[in-house]
Amino acid sequence: MDHPPPRGPARIDFQTDPSRYRHWKLSIDGAVATLAMDVDPAGGLFDGYELKLNSYDLGVDIELADAIQRLRFEHPEVRAVVLRSAKEGVFCAGANIRMLGRATHAHKVNFCKFTNETRLGIEDSSENSRQFYLAAVSGTAAGGGYELAVTAEHIMLIDDRRSGVSLPETPLLAVLPGTGGLTRLTDKRRVRRDRADVFCSTEEGVRGRRAVEWRVVDEVVPPSAWEATVRQRALEWAAKSDRPADAKGVALTPLDRTFTDDGVRYSLVRVEIDRAARRADITLRGPDAPPPADVAGIAAEGAQFWPLRLGRELDDALLHLRANEAEIGLLVFRTEGDPAAVLAYDALLERAAGDWLVREVRHYLKRVFKRVDMTSRSLIALIEPGSCFAGTLAEIAFAADRSVIFAGVRAGDNKPPATITLSPLNFGAYPMGNGLTRLQTRFLGEPQTLAAAQATAGTALDADAADAAGLVTFAYDETDWDDEVRIMLEERASFSPDALTGMEANLRFAGPETMETRIFGRLTAWQNWIFQRPNAVGDEGALKRYGSGIKPAYNPQRV
Amino acid sequence: MPDGMQVDYNGLIPNNVGLNDDARVRKALETWHPGYIDWWKDMGPEGFQESLVYLRTAIGVDPKGWAKFDYVRMPEYKWGVLLAPAVEGRTIPFGAHKGEPAWQEVPGEYRAMLRRLIVIQGDTEPASVEQQRHLGATAPSLYDMRNLFQVNVEEGRHLWAMVYLLQKYFGKDGREEAEELLRRRSGNEDSPRMLGAFNEATPDWLSFFMFTYFTDRDGKMQLEALAQSGFDPLSRTCRFMLTEEAHHMFVGETGVARVLERTCAAMKEAGIADPNDIEAVRALGVIDLPTIQKKANLHFSLTLDLFGNEISTNAANAFNAGLKGRYREDKLTDDHQLTSDTYPVLRPRDGAIVEEQVPALSALNMRLRDDYVADAQAGVGRWNKVFEKAGINFRLTLPHVAFNRRIGEFSAIPADAQGRVLDAAGWEAVRDTLLPTEDDNHFVVSLMQPEHRAGRYASWIAAPKVGIDNKTGEFEYVKIHE
Repeated sequence: MDHPPPRGPARIDFQTDPSRYRHWKLSIDGAVATLAMDVDPAGGLFDGYELKLNSYDLGVDIELADAIQRLRFEHPEVRAVVLRSAKEGVFCAGANIRMLGRATHAHKVNFCKFTNETRLGIEDSSENSRQFYLAAVSGTAAGGGYELAVTAEHIMLIDDRRSGVSLPETPLLAVLPGTGGLTRLTDKRRVRRDRADVFCSTEEGVRGRRAVEWRVVDEVVPPSAWEATVRQRALEWAAKSDRPADAKGVALTPLDRTFTDDGVRYSLVRVEIDRAARRADITLRGPDAPPPADVAGIAAEGAQFWPLRLGRELDDALLHLRANEAEIGLLVFRTEGDPAAVLAYDALLERAAGDWLVREVRHYLKRVFKRVDMTSRSLIALIEPGSCFAGTLAEIAFAADRSVIFAGVRAGDNKPPATITLSPLNFGAYPMGNGLTRLQTRFLGEPQTLAAAQATAGTALDADAADAAGLVTFAYDETDWDDEVRIMLEERASFSPDALTGMEANLRFAGPETMETRIFGRLTAWQNWIFQRPNAVGDEGALKRYGSGIKPAYNPQRV
Repeated sequence: MPDGMQVDYNGLIPNNVGLNDDARVRKALETWHPGYIDWWKDMGPEGFQESLVYLRTAIGVDPKGWAKFDYVRMPEYKWGVLLAPAVEGRTIPFGAHKGEPAWQEVPGEYRAMLRRLIVIQGDTEPASVEQQRHLGATAPSLYDMRNLFQVNVEEGRHLWAMVYLLQKYFGKDGREEAEELLRRRSGNEDSPRMLGAFNEATPDWLSFFMFTYFTDRDGKMQLEALAQSGFDPLSRTCRFMLTEEAHHMFVGETGVARVLERTCAAMKEAGIADPNDIEAVRALGVIDLPTIQKKANLHFSLTLDLFGNEISTNAANAFNAGLKGRYREDKLTDDHQLTSDTYPVLRPRDGAIVEEQVPALSALNMRLRDDYVADAQAGVGRWNKVFEKAGINFRLTLPHVAFNRRIGEFSAIPADAQGRVLDAAGWEAVRDTLLPTEDDNHFVVSLMQPEHRAGRYASWIAAPKVGIDNKTGEFEYVKIHE
């Protein structure tokens, strides 16, 4: 029996703010913030399920992502964040199973990807913003609930002989912990693999002393000492932070955006959809004016500061396309503007790298570019006359599966010829999930090419020079451009979307494995496979039968 | 002699499960035994451990002649492992495995679920002993004191029954859980018992009677459901426990009835017709009827929480797996699988309480709770006979199931005893008329003066019509040795 697709919002919106939260309570007391999960059971994004026991869906996670982002930008004074539950007896029961059972495959994959990005964002806050996350687990933290806790630097578990942590996906649901649970057990927590095996196949998980002994939590605390210890630990972590006590936060004001049938228009980003061609043209605009002189000027501009505004708009555009435009398989990136103006901003971002706000902006751009890397659509960069693929914006070209540069100028067009200019920010500010820069990844087998490219930093490279430096895939002049680009895009659109997703993901993340690449890679390879299999999603599968009391029927064949 | 009707008293642990021939389990139980005795001495009845109590002890599992009565010092009580006789050729009565031979060993795939069911049941047994440990000091009579201790030693034996299952069938995990059962403490902040109602204090004897009437009746329902289990040792254990549990509810029902009788008699003697003339009634040294209603409201609502969420995946899984059935599953005439049935569940919707049909498997907690309410209602009817007989214009009623709930569908909404949904202010306005206030509790506690003379009863409770073991109410049920 096929379920009708669940009814949900016409468009999933990734923008929210604390006044609109339905599922989280954010409170701040000096250097310590508390992010308390209090999911509204009736607040699901789609019909047909209730978010009981602090279980979550994409809507809950959108709020979490928003809170994390705001804590970084709006609250420089916050040095430690305590993740906890506002509900008695449960920390978080993980992703809502009925939601997963009913959701389309594409929605599940997108949901898991976004939650993974959010979880990694929490770790990025601790590591790079020095805004340390602690998890105060009272009640059950099961599945995604434990995966949320395990993103923290320090996990505290109340020792009331009831509360525990578990990853019950395999025994209970016939799927995997999809948000990095398995990988973080072995890679982050360094849990012994045989213990991890027991942990992940025991529905009720572990609690008390054993949880500490197995390193799935950092400490257990008796209820009588709970509140005081949570406070104490938060203050201890806060003391390790270098965040400024006296800085003023930057309000992340609502985005300037307009949705139309065929795209979205932001102040600096334009998304134009050609549905027949299953293509979205995404144009990023460079700065109109020189950057502010100093960090005080950046703070004064706040959310309007060009790199931050551009990052937020691109981020939202990517999330919108992922969640709401599943059939748009091809993203074509362009830029417009003066490369020198972009480089002037890069120089400021580099000069003022020690400032807390600049640090936030740089790490945010890093995360947005990672979001580009993680977007399972074909990415093409068209580097045309009048464009500004310089420094930070050049990362878009390096993130693309292919980049094509226009050689020379068009007849009768007064736009300046296309160039690529590298800046110091291309060489360390924006690492990929594999820990390398996009150029390092690009030139894994050619260290000399990488060194030569680095030597050109600050110099505008025209089409021939960029081609010679290995920074673009093709260079075409006016004679060939229109046809070659058209054919490339049409050909791309004709391939199997599945094969393209797999091929691109394989080719994009060359080089070393990190916990992050393992998390996404394992998700892609295993979870997304399991999510397709009858043992999970068939009518007799575990996700469909969950809650009915009827046991799932498994096909015993090992694949 | 396993499965025998007679209990083997030769070893340390009386049993009818052939413990002599099962060295592994015998060793496990003998290792656990000292910890149990320590627990009993620490957390069992306070005082009276040296007193001789006229207790019944099981000597067989034949329903006709299973018990003998004699004076016993409680720490020397013969706690043991007693299973109802095996039924030849028993099959799994319900769920996906219906009709297959009942399991004599734990099926691997259900081990965790089964262990959890047993641990939760097991945890309630010592919990109530802990909750009631101070009551001996204020017993209204030796008869009541003896009943209290009988309930206590049998709850202790029920712990033994669950611990036997854990140690025999659940290996190392089972032994650890058995130890944990001795470590948790009712009402302890750091180490509470697992279920909320078992962490509430039992501060006075009226609470004790209400607890044994209402909360032990939940125990009965749970045991009835587990007695249907396809895991045969659990079924047999619970069947025998039910014969003991019946006495606990008898203590509750007759205890409350005797309180009502005494209040009615005192009111009549004093010529008070209005049950709501609380001050006048209290001045007689008896408990006024509205306060008794409030106590009933409290214990009934706390007990309903023990049934868990009305719509429950765990309950569905346990039924489908053949581990926990419905109340009197064997008397029901449906397909015992319920995969296509529905069951009506009460839920709050937009400020009103509505009935929705939900898949029957998911609604098993609701169903067991409905059976419980019907069962509890019957005794309330018998209590009301006391008023009719005495000619007092009063009726005790059970509050609506939405009243004063902390678990399940109704935990989010305040409701009054009629099930009218209230706002926070509305609830504050009626709370003190529906639940015992500090003043009420203080008054009840003030009446709790011990009466340790044989045949004498405290001012607020009537003597029983008949005693225990065909003895009279004057019999010296406890020979107190302080």
